[in-house]
Amino acid sequence: MTAVRGEKAGWAKARSAVPTDVRRWARAACHLAGPMAGSGRTRWLCPPYAFRAIIARPSTDLRHLHLISMRVYQFTEQPYFPAWSAHDGSLRVNLPNSRQDPKIAADLLHRYYDEWLIADEVGLDIMVNEHHATATCMSSTAIVALSILARQTRRARLLVLGYPIGHRGDPLRCAEELATIDVISRGRLDMGFIKGVPYEFPVSNQNAVGVMERFWEAHDFIIKAMTSHGEPFNWEGEHFHYRHVNLWPRPYQEPHPPVWGTTGSRGNARALGEKGYVMATLGTGFATRALFDAYRAGYAAAGRTAPSADRFGYLGLVAVAADERTAQARAEFVAGYVRTSGIVAPQFRNPTGYLSIEDNVRILRGEPRQRSRTKDGRFIDMHSASVQDLIDAAIMFCGTPDQVYGQIVEFCEYCGGMGNLIMMGHAGSLSHEDTVDNLTLFAKEVLPRLKEYKQPRAEAAA
Amino acid sequence: MNAAADASVSTFIVNGVRIELIDRGHGRPILFLHPHIGLDPSAPVLAMLAEGGRLIAPYHPGFGHSERPAGITTMDDLAYFYLDLMDALDLRDTLVIGVSLGAWIAAAIAVKSTARMAGLVLGNPVGIKVSDRETRDILDIFAMVEGEFLEKAFADPTVGQRDYRAMTDDEVTVVARNREAAALYAWSPYMHDPKLKGRLHRIRIPTLVLWGAGDRLVGEAYGRAFAAAVPGAKFVTIEQAGHFPHIEQPKAFAGRSLAFSEVG
Repeated sequence: MTAVRGEKAGWAKARSAVPTDVRRWARAACHLAGPMAGSGRTRWLCPPYAFRAIIARPSTDLRHLHLISMRVYQFTEQPYFPAWSAHDGSLRVNLPNSRQDPKIAADLLHRYYDEWLIADEVGLDIMVNEHHATATCMSSTAIVALSILARQTRRARLLVLGYPIGHRGDPLRCAEELATIDVISRGRLDMGFIKGVPYEFPVSNQNAVGVMERFWEAHDFIIKAMTSHGEPFNWEGEHFHYRHVNLWPRPYQEPHPPVWGTTGSRGNARALGEKGYVMATLGTGFATRALFDAYRAGYAAAGRTAPSADRFGYLGLVAVAADERTAQARAEFVAGYVRTSGIVAPQFRNPTGYLSIEDNVRILRGEPRQRSRTKDGRFIDMHSASVQDLIDAAIMFCGTPDQVYGQIVEFCEYCGGMGNLIMMGHAGSLSHEDTVDNLTLFAKEVLPRLKEYKQPRAEAAA
Repeated sequence: MNAAADASVSTFIVNGVRIELIDRGHGRPILFLHPHIGLDPSAPVLAMLAEGGRLIAPYHPGFGHSERPAGITTMDDLAYFYLDLMDALDLRDTLVIGVSLGAWIAAAIAVKSTARMAGLVLGNPVGIKVSDRETRDILDIFAMVEGEFLEKAFADPTVGQRDYRAMTDDEVTVVARNREAAALYAWSPYMHDPKLKGRLHRIRIPTLVLWGAGDRLVGEAYGRAFAAAVPGAKFVTIEQAGHFPHIEQPKAFAGRSLAFSEVG
């Protein structure tokens, strides 16, 4: 792989380097989009300065901006895939970091940020996350990614999904970081708060027992801190204590950046619906509707009409190419995400207290875990499924632009509305060139149609 | 064994908290505090202890079928809960026996008040920090699969094996509740209270530390350090037993406990 940006660039240097980088991305985009140039609604104009002009002043392609319901967030876990080939059964928690070369890590991280900047330029939004002690994801604190992107991107919304606030000892610092990022980005932050996957607990040392109580207290505190503009307030809670809470700077967005949450359970989905937050799911495939309906029930119970599609998000792996065969080849790389995400030593897979007593009873009895469901009702294990099974389960959207558009729309119809696609357009060892082509082709051929697509708006079940 | 099916298991309410306890035998009170793996009402050690007095063996809040109110979250909370329980039952001159996490509770009670206690028996106790900050005194039971836990905790691992498929839903639910409660109380600081060691000098009643010599979760040096921190405490090993000597060598465990309390 190659590092597009110089490793030694400081902030000032990075700022001054932006025009050069834009020219470089533009060249890459023009080169990669070459065979398709003129075949779609957008022409990638060369030379590079013209490309940049389009970016700076969106014209014909984005004329329906005011009608847009669908947003597409480009997401990568920033994997350190060179360590994936020899892991002794565990890519997380206990894989020694001697398996990582910091120089290669630097090249990869610079590459991933370059790809996010391209996502920004071609009209995609951006999602970042964090995991700990793992070769699957080098983002060990999402705040670093948000900080870089808040300054270096121009227009994309910046979604963190999520920030594991139940693991953080200091929610005041969380609020300060997020508020500052919202200001620097001039109001482009989406705040996703999450419980965290099981493997985070042995690393963060937070107790999985009672984590959601800590989570909700941190949430309540952060929202109060972001929305209090008078005298400093004090907080003497069950888990957190502060004397003079007074956020400087306060968030750019009023009353605070949008809140997102994730869940796999109906009970939590209903709770998110009651709050009206955006709810996203991952890997739920054609079992998603029940979760969305639980959200709708909670949303209605709070005295509202049916939630619009923008209340729902879904993470889908995306492999698009001009021809089906190339898309399938890309898909094999992108599937590296689901094929590695479950590789962790068994003693770290289910920290006590993470799952309910009922779920643990089923696990003790050796009953199989809940798997993903395909459209025709088959259950698959997404960690070992074939690309075709992943497509059938709407865990992956793969094919030509027409096929991918059709798969996404079919899934939105099934969901009764799903207005935020979190697009894993890079995963595993997908190359820089393939990633750039995946993103630019999607942005050019699929995104405009998705933005024009009119979402259904399902009511809560009676 | 299903606790609810055992006639000697009854419910008892302390400060509005409903717990289950075993109450059998007659005479001077013996309070038995179970380890983090819970309590089997058919365990031979209970019958043997009940021959020496009135045995009261509660299921700690959060374990077995005992409630755990939101306000009980720490080992100190459990210690105060048991001080209340001894008041409520008006126990006097009690022999308090605990194993592992139960011994930690017993010590945490005793540093607060021994007013209702005549003697203390600690079986393979945990609860204190002995080594430096980068040396784990107790293997991390939350970072091992069950097979490894059995290997480390029992002199004979087959003694601890259970077939969850053959157990009732209620029995497996109790296993899951026990695990969750153990993690609540002992996840971090792991299996100890940093303050406890400095308070053990307050225990001024006869104390016996029994140590299953085959314990591979915690070393014997740890047990000796624990005994050394309690004024006048005796330290006795039990062979062919691991971390749970009351299960692997019930006769030796009950016999030494009762003999100690009579002499002491």
